[in-house]
Amino acid sequence: MRTLTIRHCLLLIIFAAVGLIGCHAPSDQPVVVEFWAMGQEGEQVKALLPEFERRHPGIRVRVQQIPWSAAHEKLLTAYAGDAMPDVFQLGNTWIPEFVALRALEPLDARLQGWPAAAVNDYFPGILATNRLNGQTWALPWYVDTRLFFYRSDLLKAVGYPEPPTTWDDWLQAMARLKTLDETERYAILLPVNEWQFLVILALQRGATLLRDRDQYGDFQNPRFKEAFRFYLSLFAEELAPPMSNTQMANLYQEFANGYFAVYITGPWNIGEFRRRLPAGLQDQWMTAPLPGASLAGGASLALSRTSPRQDAAWKLLEYLAEPEQQAQFYQITGDLPARQSAWKIPALAGNRYAQAFRQQLQNVQATPPIPEWERIASRLTYYAEMTARQQMSVDEALAALDREVDRILEKRRWLLEREQPPSPPAPLPEGEGQR
Amino acid sequence: MMNGLERHAAFSAWVFLTPALLLIAVFFFLPVLAALLLSFTDFDIYALGDLNRLRFVGFNNYLHLLQSPLFWTAIGNTFYFVILGGPLSVAVSLGAALLVNARLTRFPGLFRTAFFLPVVTTLVAVAVVWRYLYHPRYGLLNYGLSLAGIEPIDWLGDPDWAMPAIILMAVWKNFGFNMIIFIAGLQNIPPQLYEAARIDGAQAWAQFRHITLPLLGPTFLFVALMTMIGYFQVFAEPYVMTQGGPANRTLSIVLLMYEEGFRWWNMGYASAAAFILFVLILAGTVLQLKLRRRASS
Repeated sequence: MRTLTIRHCLLLIIFAAVGLIGCHAPSDQPVVVEFWAMGQEGEQVKALLPEFERRHPGIRVRVQQIPWSAAHEKLLTAYAGDAMPDVFQLGNTWIPEFVALRALEPLDARLQGWPAAAVNDYFPGILATNRLNGQTWALPWYVDTRLFFYRSDLLKAVGYPEPPTTWDDWLQAMARLKTLDETERYAILLPVNEWQFLVILALQRGATLLRDRDQYGDFQNPRFKEAFRFYLSLFAEELAPPMSNTQMANLYQEFANGYFAVYITGPWNIGEFRRRLPAGLQDQWMTAPLPGASLAGGASLALSRTSPRQDAAWKLLEYLAEPEQQAQFYQITGDLPARQSAWKIPALAGNRYAQAFRQQLQNVQATPPIPEWERIASRLTYYAEMTARQQMSVDEALAALDREVDRILEKRRWLLEREQPPSPPAPLPEGEGQR
Repeated sequence: MMNGLERHAAFSAWVFLTPALLLIAVFFFLPVLAALLLSFTDFDIYALGDLNRLRFVGFNNYLHLLQSPLFWTAIGNTFYFVILGGPLSVAVSLGAALLVNARLTRFPGLFRTAFFLPVVTTLVAVAVVWRYLYHPRYGLLNYGLSLAGIEPIDWLGDPDWAMPAIILMAVWKNFGFNMIIFIAGLQNIPPQLYEAARIDGAQAWAQFRHITLPLLGPTFLFVALMTMIGYFQVFAEPYVMTQGGPANRTLSIVLLMYEEGFRWWNMGYASAAAFILFVLILAGTVLQLKLRRRASS
């Protein structure tokens, strides 16, 4: 129904003005592809583009850099204002939302031209987050997941020269870290304003978080409850401080002080730890995979459904997906490549902190692929924090969480019902009938 | 009946008023009307993609809000901020104005400027500094308390202290503006009145009670109203200091509205919250005007 928007009118006026001046646009004018990228990626990706423009003389790329903190809002506003770029970066957890908006162009037809080996070169768990309803909506650009960053000297001091590989051993190591000496310290930092670790624990125990085609919350499920109790026990036993990471004035300094010895975080912190920890500590920290799955995170590149320049935009997408460009991009940004063959370059193969990530990326899981997930996750954060701060009991918190989530998903239920009206009553999966 | 001259004058008046009225209509009344309509729908991310997925929900947004514990938390926090912060801010402004305006004060211009400085400083920069002041282990404030033998307080992390900490910062940041208005009010009081009072033997307190306060009445009303309206809309302080945490204890109504509207894109729900806030502010304003009228009659 969008017919003549203000933008179109303005364009018409501009064209009319250009026509009046008599400056007739030559037909071999290059196609300008508008590309939005976030934060440092938006800055650094420019270094890759001269080569692209050399290979495709008919295409020019205009990069617009957007700060991460405003990125989501800006993309939604651009969509509402019919001002979407041709190609854009987006967090892979945003994909369901933009699919619901119908803002993305499915890529499967174009991917037909790729050899199967190229598609399989992506980490499978990461590629899966770019697929929804049987279609591929974006291509992974770089990946991230979360795992242990730990003080190897402190872990060694409590009898673990090699990092533990099971939760039981980690618990034991953390208990010993807590009582290592007289200084007031914690074993692990689990910021109470983040939901990721709790969800990782739940996914490792096979909890699905939502049920019935993601139409209802499933947080009172025994598996989730077990994960939640484990999570809370870390606070109850004072292995983790009940703190948000905004309460830490300087996280890196505290890690260097040994205020906490373990932190579960993502690849962006490899560079930060190298830059911010004192030189004497550089050999005293390491990364290790989690005992079990972690989250399939990262950023992807997508084509706008309404872009009139999709062919040129797709060429840019293909170019940035090449293993050579992925490797190059890693070297300038430190972002981990989404394609496994790019990991062969010496700079990455020789990065000892990255090896744990490579291993972990083989074992990643996605959060529920629905637009409401971020919102549900923020409610989960709230109830987890309330419980960690002992303002609520586990049962109260989870019941309240399920109630809120059910309400958040009301629209989704309505849409699903409307879009596939008279379906035969689905057989209830076991254990679902007792509600 | 208007005669020709009056009609002519009325016509000119309309000509002069029209541009301003048009601007107000287009940029204020129209959006407000649109928001009112929006508050009766479930406009969200799905509706943004396809208007067929928009539902008219009547008063459901309002009902859901009134049933949502989070909304009541936000209301409670906002009232806490208004009821504690508002009078405190007015009192501090009045105190500062009296001091700066006192005859004995040297360099009143310097103090006026110094007290006004926080008002014109960027809030984000102020927040960064205050976050350091409030730091539980390295902060200046806790250092001062430790000298007095008081246990350190986790100002922004403790659910009970976060709001007082925000209020303290907000009062410090904003009192200068009201102080300037109070100074203007104070300077409007004819000095003869004080002279007459002194001749009658009135001491400082009596002068303040019977001359300064009554004659500051209109200024007082203005300052109290503007402060209340501004404090009801508290957003930036908790947004930059705590993001509404810890455990939602600094979540204000406008912060909730912002999160619902621009983070989760629940425009209908957020608009409903905006109108409830509007009603609250209106009620607060009417109440203050009534109290004032009763006090002065």
